[in-house]
Amino acid sequence: MNVLALEFPPVNHLFDWPSILFEDTPFALNKVGLTYLFAMVITILIFWLAGAKKNMVPRGIQHVAESGVSFVEESVVMQTIGPEGKKFMPFLTTMFFFIFFSNITEVIPFWQFPANSRMAMPITLALLVWVIYNFQGVKHQGALGYLKNSLFPPGVPVALYIIVTPIEFVSTFVVRPFSLAIRLWANMVAGHLLLVTFAILSATMAAAGGIGWLGAIALSFPMLVLMTGFEILVSVLQAFIFTILTAVYIGGSMHPEH
Amino acid sequence: MLNVLAETAPGEMLEGLKAIGAGLGYGLAAIGPGIGIGTVVGNAISAMARQPESAGMVRTTMFLGIAFTEALALIGFVVFILLLP
Repeated sequence: MNVLALEFPPVNHLFDWPSILFEDTPFALNKVGLTYLFAMVITILIFWLAGAKKNMVPRGIQHVAESGVSFVEESVVMQTIGPEGKKFMPFLTTMFFFIFFSNITEVIPFWQFPANSRMAMPITLALLVWVIYNFQGVKHQGALGYLKNSLFPPGVPVALYIIVTPIEFVSTFVVRPFSLAIRLWANMVAGHLLLVTFAILSATMAAAGGIGWLGAIALSFPMLVLMTGFEILVSVLQAFIFTILTAVYIGGSMHPEH
Repeated sequence: MLNVLAETAPGEMLEGLKAIGAGLGYGLAAIGPGIGIGTVVGNAISAMARQPESAGMVRTTMFLGIAFTEALALIGFVVFILLLP
């Protein structure tokens, strides 16, 4: 695409990566796969190292792990599921850190690619969440009770069930996993596109020389720095929102509304 | 104007219309969620200002509200990406 004499690459080129290792096998690995491996390894390492040596007064890596765990406990689990949601702590904490580390590669210099801007992992996690909250609903309310509570919400006039039940069915069992996945994925795509746009703008203006160079220093490069800071916030926020929505769905199927 | 239209190939015309449609679609999809998120955050701020001790709970609920509202804008964004020539 050619926008105002800027050479902007086609959108596909920003997200399609060639295989690096094991080409033409089912185990082919590209930058996206490497990023997920990095996120997985660093999540395991943090909790492994923090758990290996238990000091009374947490220091260093133990401090990171403990504040992460208590953050998930206080602002995610206790606010949405309650004390009985403590058994989901390992799952939710791991998911928070994994999503966070695969998002934050968006702003790591020379890497600069958020792995969650490819749909594969968000939809896998969302389908996993779908299985878990349906399983919890059936376990805590019985299959019939779960269907009754989620399809026929109490407190609605009987005649309105003609409208409410199909809406509830679509929104609870069909749309939920997709909206969960699309929220994470689209935020990461948008952030990556934003950073790429400002980076290309800065580079082109700086290369033009003269007044363009001044414009790059004064306008587009500070904007790029600002947007990088904003994307750090978005990475944390999206990991948090994915985790808290998971907790809300699990909590909703564990104790039905009365 | 008509001369230009007559000279362009039908394929190009289609691409141009697609680009216009994508831009308009995303712009329209952003209006509602923009107003919605404004309402959510505005009310959350006034709740926090009235009762600072409940700020933690209000903030969590605010993020939930934002997440649900934002989904519509994001679906618009996805359509924009899909329509892009």
